[in-house]
Amino acid sequence: MNDLEQNRNTGIVSGYRAVVIGGSAGSFQVVTRILSSLPVNFNLPVILCLHRLKHVRQGFVEALNLKSNLKVVEPDDKEIIRNGLAYLAPANYHLYVELGNYFALSTEEMVKFSRPSIDLTLDSASYFYKEKMIAILLSGANSDGADGMKMAKKRGALTLVQSPQEASIKTMPEAAISATTIDHILKTDDLVELLIKLNGVNLRN
Amino acid sequence: MNNETHLSFTSVGDISLTDLKKLVTFIKNNFNFDFSQYAMSSFKRRVARVLQLYSISNVDELISGLVNRRELFDEFLKEITVNHTEMFRAPSFWRKLRDQVIPLLACNQPIRIWSAACSSGEEIYSLAILLQEAGVYEKARIVASDINDRVIAKAKSGTYWIRSLEVNEKNYQRFEGKMKLSDYYVTSGDNYIMNKDLLRNVSFKQFDLVMGSEFSKFDLILCRNVLIYFTPELQNQVLRLFNNSLFMKGFLAVGEKETIAFCKNAEKFETFCAEERIYRKISE
Ligand SMILES: C[S@@+](CC[C@H](N)C(=O)[O-])C[C@H]1O[C@@H](n2cnc3c(N)ncnc32)[C@H](O)[C@@H]1O
Repeated sequence: MNDLEQNRNTGIVSGYRAVVIGGSAGSFQVVTRILSSLPVNFNLPVILCLHRLKHVRQGFVEALNLKSNLKVVEPDDKEIIRNGLAYLAPANYHLYVELGNYFALSTEEMVKFSRPSIDLTLDSASYFYKEKMIAILLSGANSDGADGMKMAKKRGALTLVQSPQEASIKTMPEAAISATTIDHILKTDDLVELLIKLNGVNLRN
Repeated sequence: MNNETHLSFTSVGDISLTDLKKLVTFIKNNFNFDFSQYAMSSFKRRVARVLQLYSISNVDELISGLVNRRELFDEFLKEITVNHTEMFRAPSFWRKLRDQVIPLLACNQPIRIWSAACSSGEEIYSLAILLQEAGVYEKARIVASDINDRVIAKAKSGTYWIRSLEVNEKNYQRFEGKMKLSDYYVTSGDNYIMNKDLLRNVSFKQFDLVMGSEFSKFDLILCRNVLIYFTPELQNQVLRLFNNSLFMKGFLAVGEKETIAFCKNAEKFETFCAEERIYRKISE
């Protein structure tokens, strides 16, 4: 873990096991941009928790898949998490990561008026992946995700936030920035570049 | 039960696995419910929520609270198990049930149906309305069960908070029912009360899917949005119970995001409708 911490500053980082991305209003374009820029051999699972319409089951995954270099799926309950796939939290369900490297879904109450809740996904994912996770929070109009980023940071994850200047709605990134230490506050282009760099290292190791 | 309270986020990380195990063992020994195979993340969060709701500072305090006031356990059970439900939840499922499954069962005498986690009853009223509109209600014998007595009492009362009406009305429209949902209830203050006639062929029963064993045979089992709270191992066990509780060629319907594909005994079923998660028993 110390190596990992140390190497972060030099940009030579390896051993990551997952990328978890939270976003709400104004994040769709950014997510599309990320998914269309990642190399097809991207070697980690990308777990997406995005606020979305409750009763619209179809269409979102299809829209993301149009441009994505990784296949995007909505995981079923207890589905094993695999590298190189992007997973989208289904409408109206919370998405948890369980200790056995699989997903679990839940219809518990909303958290911060949200289901899926970015807090719950980031919290459970960082409980499992600890420092081997990259946590990213994008544009959004409420403060969901801030507590999740805090937990992720506490457990050693790398925390990245879309720069509030660039974000179409800055409430969400700003809430995270005031809740915890953010390793890098980045514009979309730089976010993408960093992920590609990390993947290069991940592939070599 | 549309209990959309907005408690602030409580991290599941606050409670250690050791404490959770202690709590689970205590409950098993004192109340005979076994939560040891509930999926960890949500179970942990449920416990954290109970602590927060009742201003209890830790698991030890919760345990002594339950020792001193056993009636607290009812509250605990209600919070631990997730009760969220809607009428005609996932309307396309209910359309499929009406258009493809019920016609295949319509000749059975009786049509035996088990709703294995009926929560506060919305699923039962949906089922009853569906069967009535299909003209086969009289032949139906429905068993409605849940682990939790309280939600069963609520199901029997058929009295729901007016705030849940909008979702239920919308779902019924998407289901494309023959009537108006309002033909099946009367409003009364802040509540609406379902027509009790819809329960004339329903028998309620407290039943725990973890500890319980086969008690009858059915043509159709609904078990929606409860397997998600179980570990893969417990899902295997419950699928075995369902296999034993179905007639050959009987139907099993799980929630819209649940699948039996990862279960051990999956090959004892065939997929009847992949999209709506409806399966059919093909071997003992
Ligand atoms: C989310 S509700 C689902 C209600 C309904 N089937 C639906 O899909 O809307 C889950 C229900 O499962 C019940 N439950 C949880 N554990 C159970 C168990 N071991 N045996 C039976 N029911 C259980 C809970 O009490 C709750 O009412």
